Formats: sequence, structure tokens, C-alpha cells
Amino acid sequence: MAVGADLKLDARALRADFPILAQEINGKPLAYLDSAVTAQKPRQVLDAMTQFYETSYGNVHRGVYALAERATEAFEGARERIARFVNAPSSRELIFTRNATEGLNLVAYAWGLTNLGPGDLVVVTELEHHSNFVPWQYIAKRTGAGFRMIPLTESGELDIDALDGFVADGRVKVVATNLVSNALGTINPVERLSAWAHEHDAIMVVDGAQAAPHLAIDVQALGCDFFAFSAHKLCGPSGVGALWGRRELLEAMEPFNLGGHMIRKVQFEETTWGDLPHKFEAGTSPIAEAVGFGAAVDYISAAGLEAIQRHEHELLSYALERLADVPGIVLYGPAPERRAGIVSFNIEGIHPHDVAQVLDWEGVAIRAGHHCCQPLMQRLGVAATNRASFYLYTLPEEIDRLADGLLRVRKVFG
Amino acid sequence: MEDLYREVILDHYKNPRGHGVIEDADATAEGVNPLCGDEVSIYVAFDEDGETIDEIKFSGRGCAISQAATSMLTEMVKGRTAAEVGELSKDELLEEVGIPNMSPIRIKCALLGLGVLKVALHRAKGTPLPQEWAGLDEEFQVR
Repeated sequence: MAVGADLKLDARALRADFPILAQEINGKPLAYLDSAVTAQKPRQVLDAMTQFYETSYGNVHRGVYALAERATEAFEGARERIARFVNAPSSRELIFTRNATEGLNLVAYAWGLTNLGPGDLVVVTELEHHSNFVPWQYIAKRTGAGFRMIPLTESGELDIDALDGFVADGRVKVVATNLVSNALGTINPVERLSAWAHEHDAIMVVDGAQAAPHLAIDVQALGCDFFAFSAHKLCGPSGVGALWGRRELLEAMEPFNLGGHMIRKVQFEETTWGDLPHKFEAGTSPIAEAVGFGAAVDYISAAGLEAIQRHEHELLSYALERLADVPGIVLYGPAPERRAGIVSFNIEGIHPHDVAQVLDWEGVAIRAGHHCCQPLMQRLGVAATNRASFYLYTLPEEIDRLADGLLRVRKVFG
Repeated sequence: MEDLYREVILDHYKNPRGHGVIEDADATAEGVNPLCGDEVSIYVAFDEDGETIDEIKFSGRGCAISQAATSMLTEMVKGRTAAEVGELSKDELLEEVGIPNMSPIRIKCALLGLGVLKVALHRAKGTPLPQEWAGLDEEFQVR
């Protein structure tokens, strides 16, 4: 086995925490190689949520009775731990959302509608997930601002040099990118982009959905203004995410959703908004989900983000080596040093859906499709790709099964 | 499981019947399956009676199921009238494709070609889509 004993992270031991992985699919042990779309959940997260529901559930920031207090404490405790997890200066800057997409929409609407207009430019990248592409394209159109994309190099990395060319086209007000591409795994130079954005008085918006589960995040070191991520990709529940934003920007922004909890005072004539973070958390939040989010952050922090990254890097190198032997394979994405644990590929003449279908017979789960990155697929000149992605519970023998499964695919379509 | 890619499907996938384009087609439409990006364009030329399908061709790219099912479809409908094909049921095509227990996602792949053909024919004839297919042109983004 190419990946071996010197790993600091013991994936085999960690797997015992994930009940779902101990099952067979089509008579074969499940090899779940689609963590980039969503990660599986450890018992610790499931238990934290069950225990919360069984002992402490109530609505938050409302009642004066014991349960309401316990619930508020658990909810706000989770917020504090999640804020620390990304090294936010203050937990008041950490807003609970439904997911990363909602966080990015919040910024596009609440900041964009007020601050964008004709003559302004929004710059995204060809590598964006639709979640950080479509909201900006839409808000730019609505406000009359221009919309530009940082192009990709042949290896699937951002061509940063193109940025300076945009300045002649208008006032750049927003630069939006992901930190890690969900489709190719590319790790983007956000620090450099932030510096460039701020030199041009633009805000820097980061989609961290694919990064937060796999890399240690420090929003202050990244130098960005907004950082959105989801719980479900980092072993937490679906239905909750977080947006970190710089306090002065959040305070100056209009609200996004309006209603209960986000107000200071409601009168016939006028309503004033509550303080951060409540101003952006209208209605009842996903309370137990936030508690599960906190437990997930604890879980992956205990495993160690650096150990996770090292583990995935070893798996990535091993996968690239194994898959290179598959006849007719086309691999996408940059060199492993600048990439997270994601392998995007095609097998010549065989559609990804057919590849993924045959792999499913072998119990191997991978993603086949456009990965919500149609502009990127257009750029690569393909309709779809296959994507295998790894996490802390992924084992090297699962990559062997992927490689062997691909040989079976070749045989079926021979 | 292997039924999904049995001989006849793979044969139609690798050697599609009626692959190509008809210039000046009497009925034409193109559609995609947004879920997986399968694309199919269909071209129909009618006989002198303006009803019978004299020639049918398709182009596109996508998974084996979508392309093989469309290829089989062209063989099924040649020589039938637009009205007959307009009434052709999903089950009839799925029976011809012959894959038992197909998942809902793959059924959509299999039905892409038929959906596009139906829209093409009903448009050419100015008739509404039958109930079973209502909303299909939007689902497959047929143009």
C-alpha cells in the first residue's frame, strides 16, 4: 500500500465513529468517495443532536424558563466554537445560515443591492460553484454592474494576471472566489486576491464550503471580508451553515431576511434592526443543527485539520498514481501540491453517468455530473466529469476499488 | 444489474441508428437532461401525406441509456404517423429499451429522446402535448 503506517491520522479507527460506512451496497462494502458533495456523520454529532433534543430543546433568545436558557446556551456555545474554528475576531460576526449558498446570497443581496451600480464590476472566476456565481451574475444584472470572470490556466488554476485587465472596464467592487474548487480541488490564492481586491477598494467574498472541512481556516490571515461555509460538508448536519463577515461591513449592511428575532423595535411607521448577529437571523434558526455543527467542528478539530489535510494529500497522490494506469483516462486539475483531495476525470468514450453506474455495482460511490460548475465544464469542453473525493475516513483500499472498478467499466463498454 | 448495459443497449450506443441531421426537417427540437447534461436533437421528415414519418435522425451526446434509447426510438417510429407517435406511451418505449427496475434518474435518461420527439411533432402539428407529457418541454428545456 502506497499510503501507510506513518499517517498521523488513523482513518481506520475513525471509521468506527461513522455507522453508515459499515454497510454493504450491492453485496460489496460501501466505498463512499463523494465527501465533496456531502460528508458522512460521526456518532458524536448524531449523539450531540439527539441529546440536545432529549434534554435541552427549546427556542433560543426567547423564553425565561430553564429549557430556553439551556437551548440558548448550547446554540450560542456552538456559535463561539465555530467562530474560533475559522479564527473570527468575534463570534458576533458569525451568522448562522441554511448553508454556504444562503450566506453568499446574503452578501450578494444585502451588500450588492446597495453598493453596486452602473460602472461597477463584479469579478468571479471560471472555477466557481454556481452558489458564488449565479447570485453575483444576477445582482450585477439587476444593479447594472458589469460581470467578469478570472479565466483558468490549462492546469485548472486561476490566471491571476488577468485581474489587472479588468480595471479598465470599470470600478471593481467585488472579487468572489472559492478557496477550494469543488470540481477540480484547486486551492486558490485567496490571500493574494484579497490583497488585490483591497488595493482596488473592492470587497473579497470567499466560498469556503469545500475548504473548511479540509484545511485549517483563518479568515484574518486570508484577508477576506466574507467567508461562507456549510456544516454538512464537515461532518455536521444538513440545513445549517455559517457566514463570517467583517463587523463594519455587516453593521452597515441592510438586512437580508426580515421578520421575528432580527428586530430592535417594530412600530407602525418604522422598524429598526437588532444587533449582530441577530440582524441577519430572522425567524427560528436551525437550532439542533447548529448544536450538531458545533459538535462537528469539535470532532474534526480533535482529528486535527493538518492531519486531515496530510491524510487527504497522501490519498490524492496515491489516487493519481493508481488512476493513471486506467486506459483512456483523462485527469483534470492542478498538481497535488496545490490541490485538495478531489480527483476529477473522464474515461474516453464513456459518459460519467455510465461510469458511476457501473462503480455503484461495486459499492463505490462517486459523483458524475457538472458539479454545479457549468461554466467550468464549458471551459473544459465536456458535459460532465467523474469526481472522486476523500475525507478523514477514506482508506487507500477504497481507491484501489475505484481503480479496479474503472477497469470493469472499461470491460462493460469494451 | 448487468441488464442495464446488455448487448442491445451497448450496440445501439456504439452504433447509433439514424445518427445525423436532416436539413430542412419538417419537425425538429432539441432538449437536454439538466441533471446529467445529456443532449438530444431530433429531426423528422414526413412522407408526401405530411403525416407518416419517412425519415428520422438524431444527434447528441450523453450516457449510454439516453443515446441508445433514442437510437431504438428512431427504429420504432419510422413509418408511423405523427398522430400515432404523439400518443406513444412512455411504457411502450421503456418496454422496448427493456431494462427492468431502472432508477427514476435513469428513466429520465431513457425518455429524453422520446420527449424531444413528442415536442417536435406536436409543435409541427400545432397540437398540445398529451397529459402524460405535460410540462415535459420545460423539464427537458426543449427548444
